[in-house]
Amino acid sequence: MSDHPYVPEIATDREGNEYEVQGWQGDFFGGKLGFWLFMLTEIMMFGAMFMVLTYYFTLHHDDFINASSSLNRTLGGFNTVVLLISALTMGLGLLKMRYGDVKGAKLMIWATILLAIVFLGVKAVEWTAEYNHGVFLGLPALQGGLPESKPFGEIIFFGMYFTMTGLHGFHIIVGIGLMLWLLKRINANQVNREHYILYFNIVLYWDLVHLIWVFVFPYYYMIGAGLSTGGH
Amino acid sequence: MSKSYLDAGETHCAIGHPKTVFWQWMLTVDHKRIGIMYAAVMFVFFFIAVFTALAMRIELFAPGSQFLDGDTFNQAFTLHGVLMIFLFIIPGIPAIFGNIVMPLMIGAKDVSFPRLNWFTFWLYIFGCLVALTSLFNFNITEGEILFNFADTGWTFYAPYSLNTGTNVVTTLVAAFILGMASILTGLNFLVTIHRLRAPGMGFFQMPLFVWGIYATAWIQLLATPVVGITLILAVMEKYFGIGIFDPSKGGDPVLFQHLFWIYSHPAVYLMILPAFGIMSEIMPVFSRREIFGYRTIALSSASIAGIGYLVWGHHLFTSGMSDVAKTIFSFLTFFVAIPTGIKFYDWIATMYKGKIILDSPMLWALGTIITFAIGGLTGVTIAMVGSDIHLQDTYYSVAHFHYAILGGVVFLLFAGLHYWFPLVTGKLYNEPKAKVAFYLNFVGINLLWFPMFIAGYLGMPRRYFDYLPEFEIYHQISGIGAVVIISGLLLMFQNFLSSWKSGEASPLNPWNATTLEWYTPSSPPPLENHTKVPYVDFGPYEYHYGQPKVKFDLQTMKRID
Repeated sequence: MSDHPYVPEIATDREGNEYEVQGWQGDFFGGKLGFWLFMLTEIMMFGAMFMVLTYYFTLHHDDFINASSSLNRTLGGFNTVVLLISALTMGLGLLKMRYGDVKGAKLMIWATILLAIVFLGVKAVEWTAEYNHGVFLGLPALQGGLPESKPFGEIIFFGMYFTMTGLHGFHIIVGIGLMLWLLKRINANQVNREHYILYFNIVLYWDLVHLIWVFVFPYYYMIGAGLSTGGH
Repeated sequence: MSKSYLDAGETHCAIGHPKTVFWQWMLTVDHKRIGIMYAAVMFVFFFIAVFTALAMRIELFAPGSQFLDGDTFNQAFTLHGVLMIFLFIIPGIPAIFGNIVMPLMIGAKDVSFPRLNWFTFWLYIFGCLVALTSLFNFNITEGEILFNFADTGWTFYAPYSLNTGTNVVTTLVAAFILGMASILTGLNFLVTIHRLRAPGMGFFQMPLFVWGIYATAWIQLLATPVVGITLILAVMEKYFGIGIFDPSKGGDPVLFQHLFWIYSHPAVYLMILPAFGIMSEIMPVFSRREIFGYRTIALSSASIAGIGYLVWGHHLFTSGMSDVAKTIFSFLTFFVAIPTGIKFYDWIATMYKGKIILDSPMLWALGTIITFAIGGLTGVTIAMVGSDIHLQDTYYSVAHFHYAILGGVVFLLFAGLHYWFPLVTGKLYNEPKAKVAFYLNFVGINLLWFPMFIAGYLGMPRRYFDYLPEFEIYHQISGIGAVVIISGLLLMFQNFLSSWKSGEASPLNPWNATTLEWYTPSSPPPLENHTKVPYVDFGPYEYHYGQPKVKFDLQTMKRID
């Protein structure tokens, strides 16, 4: 692609009035719109999974409640708080960048990365505990037709639980990667006070990641809250 | 002679500035070159699928097994369906003409994200490779390598597809990758249409093909992610025994069908909407008359996209659904016929009192009015729950589908190929040959599929490699039709290839068209399209006594009329 600085073209109508032509180069709103549309596809994807979940919840109501009651609400709740705070730090970083405080913005990104790692750590503790209780993908308890199998509904619940939290965790990992890349671009001064579309879109991505979790948490952890407390 | 985008070195590349022509094509971000590469790859798959279909037709020429056994036959229709649907017709028109023509039509230099466009093309190629490898699969059991080939049909219904040795999971991975390419194309086009229209061009000054692409892009964006989820759930089922779709493990096989059709039914509209856009371009140009009902055509594209999203359930009338749901889906399906009907009457009204010129693009468009009307109206008959119970999974639905998709989408794709051939290549094709090819195709499609309506109505089931003797006559007429249509296709492509190589040079605007893509300073267009971006203060199809009303000085892009 051309390395020359981009000068927008001018179109002239019949009265001689001039109009600036929007090129694809440096199109802030175009970049924003494109990423919003991409976020829409993520919503469709997770939305379809929630639909499947809801469908099986009506089909195997009691099994879902039982399975949900055995999840660890303390750790899940803690993670929700961690993720909400990380969304705050991420957003503050963008504000700082727009006010020209590059150092503060970088600090905020590092804080977000740290919180994301805490989230993943807690998630790992949870999954390990579940594995030790024999509840994990591929273990006999989650295979149908064996003597030690759980009831159908619980198998589907845990199957969906590991799928969706796993997919969400994957998004967190991708997010950490994106933030490290962003830091690199900020250091190279390719993201700065004037050109922050990349930063803007990564903040948007992180907002979606925490938003999905805000729905995952009640759907998996809270529906069985009335039955028991504690967990594994 | 100014340089065109096809000349060596006349391209921007995603990485660096390669010296060789080969790498200039591989790394190009120019929307026109990318469109040509899509076309080249897609027509290879198209012809593989066509000849697979021919093999099936020859097998069916007489009852009993001729040279294919039942299992091979199952594999043949799976290959045919997967190639045609996922690799050719779903991405087809948006990827080829959406790329080549859409930015030219709105006066843009390229799409909004040219590098993403390049990446999307290679993602598509990668998806094609995964799709092809997934069809072959190797099962290693007790030291013995069993080779088999997917035989599920292109719909991959669970639980059969998850319990056989076929690689349905890999195929869904391919569908996901191809879907990702489709999403990114749609996203790119949406942003392009929103942001890069020439100054003065509002949404209702856009050519109707752009409207078709716009509606399509929304479907690509909203429907395709569901495939991704179906994939992940199928992986859970196949490798972790979760039983999402297997009733013996508490799952629901009909759920797979729902998820599959939530994507695959809107995909049908995703095929037809840009095709309708091509029709709306050709009708006014070859009638030399402003299009009738511009706004209704534009808005009916949008409403077909909207309603089409809600009708997937009509594929499941015989799979087990409540009667209420069946009735609702049936009614919603009828509603799709309304905006489609509006479009058809608008096109016919455009021709009324026009100066109709029967060149080959117009012939293809007129042929489509007949074939798609048959395909569309038989669709209404099987949208009725009662008749669908009888006709589901018979040759009737096969004939309906092929009339609608071949006689609608592919015919219009060919119409577009003829219409924009001079623009893309700068050459004129051989018109008499093109006309012969059209008539062969038109006679062929009717010979091939019309008997299937009757055979299906009398009870011939689809996907069978054998049949009762009383169906022999229908299969034999179909077989002859298949030979006719293939000779038409071969003639058409021979004509294109030889004309591109040694055809007559095309004038700048050979059809006297009015849309912006024809007002480029050279034929074929130069690298960054128009010399200058014009100010658009006119409608897309303004004719005055059979001549384009708006004229440009092609160097300054100022109006001189």
